[in-house]
Amino acid sequence: MSAMDLSHDGNRTARGVFFKYLFTLCALVSILTTVAIVLTLLLDAVDFFAAVSPIDFLFGTRWSPTNEPVAFGVLPLITGTLTITFGAAAIALPIGLLTAIYLSEYASSRRRAYLKPALEVLAGVPTVVYGYFALVYVTPALDAIPFVELSTFNALSASIMVGIMIIPMVSSISEDAMSAVPDSLRQASYGLGATKFTVSTSVVVPAALSGIFSSFILALSRAIGETMIVAIAAGQTPKLIDLTDPAALFLESVQTMTAAMVQIGTNDVVGQSVAYKSLFAVGLTLFVITFVMNLVSEFIASRYREVYQ
Amino acid sequence: MAAETGTNDQSVEDSGFGRVSRTKDVAFRWLTLAAALVGILSLAVLLAYVAVDAIGWLDWQFLTNPPHPNPFEAGILPALVGSIALMLLIALVTFPLGVGAAIYLEEYASDGPLTTFIQINIANLAGVPSVVYGLLGLGLFVSLIGLGFGTLIVAAFTVALLILPIVIISAQEAIRAVPDSQRQASYGMGATKWQTIRNVVLPRAMPGILTGTILALGRAIGETAPLIMIGAPTTVFGVPNSLLSKVSAMPMQIYTWAQYPEAEFQYGVVAAGVVTLLVVLLSINSVAILIRNHYQHDQ
Repeated sequence: MSAMDLSHDGNRTARGVFFKYLFTLCALVSILTTVAIVLTLLLDAVDFFAAVSPIDFLFGTRWSPTNEPVAFGVLPLITGTLTITFGAAAIALPIGLLTAIYLSEYASSRRRAYLKPALEVLAGVPTVVYGYFALVYVTPALDAIPFVELSTFNALSASIMVGIMIIPMVSSISEDAMSAVPDSLRQASYGLGATKFTVSTSVVVPAALSGIFSSFILALSRAIGETMIVAIAAGQTPKLIDLTDPAALFLESVQTMTAAMVQIGTNDVVGQSVAYKSLFAVGLTLFVITFVMNLVSEFIASRYREVYQ
Repeated sequence: MAAETGTNDQSVEDSGFGRVSRTKDVAFRWLTLAAALVGILSLAVLLAYVAVDAIGWLDWQFLTNPPHPNPFEAGILPALVGSIALMLLIALVTFPLGVGAAIYLEEYASDGPLTTFIQINIANLAGVPSVVYGLLGLGLFVSLIGLGFGTLIVAAFTVALLILPIVIISAQEAIRAVPDSQRQASYGMGATKWQTIRNVVLPRAMPGILTGTILALGRAIGETAPLIMIGAPTTVFGVPNSLLSKVSAMPMQIYTWAQYPEAEFQYGVVAAGVVTLLVVLLSINSVAILIRNHYQHDQ
């Protein structure tokens, strides 16, 4: 804010008052949106939990909302979501971090000017397009590799695509954090005879760790909430993780929370049925998980901003 | 370059820096560059594939026909018109609301806990999964207000709420970029706060606001999950003619087609649909970039 406020009091004219309240109202829409999201999810979720006990929902190991015998255990969906998220993380976190190191430490400003918008394109492609790519190009290509037996719908190509989609989230926030590291630290390391590799990995990355961490959490939260890629390419087979057979996990179809919501949504489920209400229970679970992750990410990021700014 | 003499080894390692060979240093540089390019190249390859597959399918007939079970008859017109109608409505809703909220936060709000709360809330809304916004539309606009499953107005409101946080954040950045001296000069001439906002702040911030809004509309046009949740029909044969008519949109149509097993759909019709969607998206974003460049030259 300016040092000296010369503005007329906004409350002195009727017009000034009118616009002030009009703009305040606009800002309140965002709060109302949050309230509406929470209320909408809660109201129907409460109805759902009147029919299905929260214990059965949270710890049940079978998810079958429409086919008899119906069961509403969310665990298979959560493990399916974790599978996809883990696969996407294995791709996006290292690649995103290395990309950030290149942009922040190695790239000339001209090359950075080209690369950054190009990377943003990755996040701008509609996810339904990524889902289609995974289904018709990536899966057949991976299936052509000898000894890889892929199902038509599988966790592998879906998580690769989700991974590619979230690379820019990791790289841009990590790069901001690395660029905020004071140059004096780099110069001091060079003075001690360090090479660029050492400076990048032993000085800049540790100094920017909180920002990098915050970008990881945010990207994973985005992967958990990703819908179309998994609905199209990972299929609709809810099943619990079988940790004894981790290889098969990625080669077969899984169902995430979001894909389950799409499935119920496209099934023209009659209003007010338990299956319809279960949408909101799963949605609430998803909302709580991603919301907490976003808050944590924001909290960590605010700490690194304090350190260097 | 680490010292190559034996006597210095100990001290170099004590300083926390192991010895790094030149090879390793160069290799790491190439590794980071490869990482930076791998995503972009993968996307480029996939886009090349889809463009090749779309050849022969993407023609005038495809753009002017309604969808059809026969791949050679199928077209994207209702979805294309639906997407454009949706976009115009979303712009009508988000532009005034988003700019209004940004003006409040940048020009009126005092730095108090309420403002901080609103800011954190907006940042968090930007991170809510789009499928959850779809549930909001389903619970609020369809069930509670009763505007009907999958209608144009419900779809527009739902996706508008989804991109509103992005519009607010970009409008705020544009308003913040207007130098404070200009506001003070306006007040010095005896202008009121509203006159200052209308005559000084908004004209200066408008290019940035427009750019941000158009980019957000580009995101809106690709959203599928919210449309599915509010019960948008899988196939619409007619062009929407009222706010309460059922609407289809390009990503929704692509999703529907992608589930057809025939190769003519998988590697033909859908590819043409994807290319159409991406071309529309590219045109939208080009407009935003043109506006940005045009005004950057002026200043």
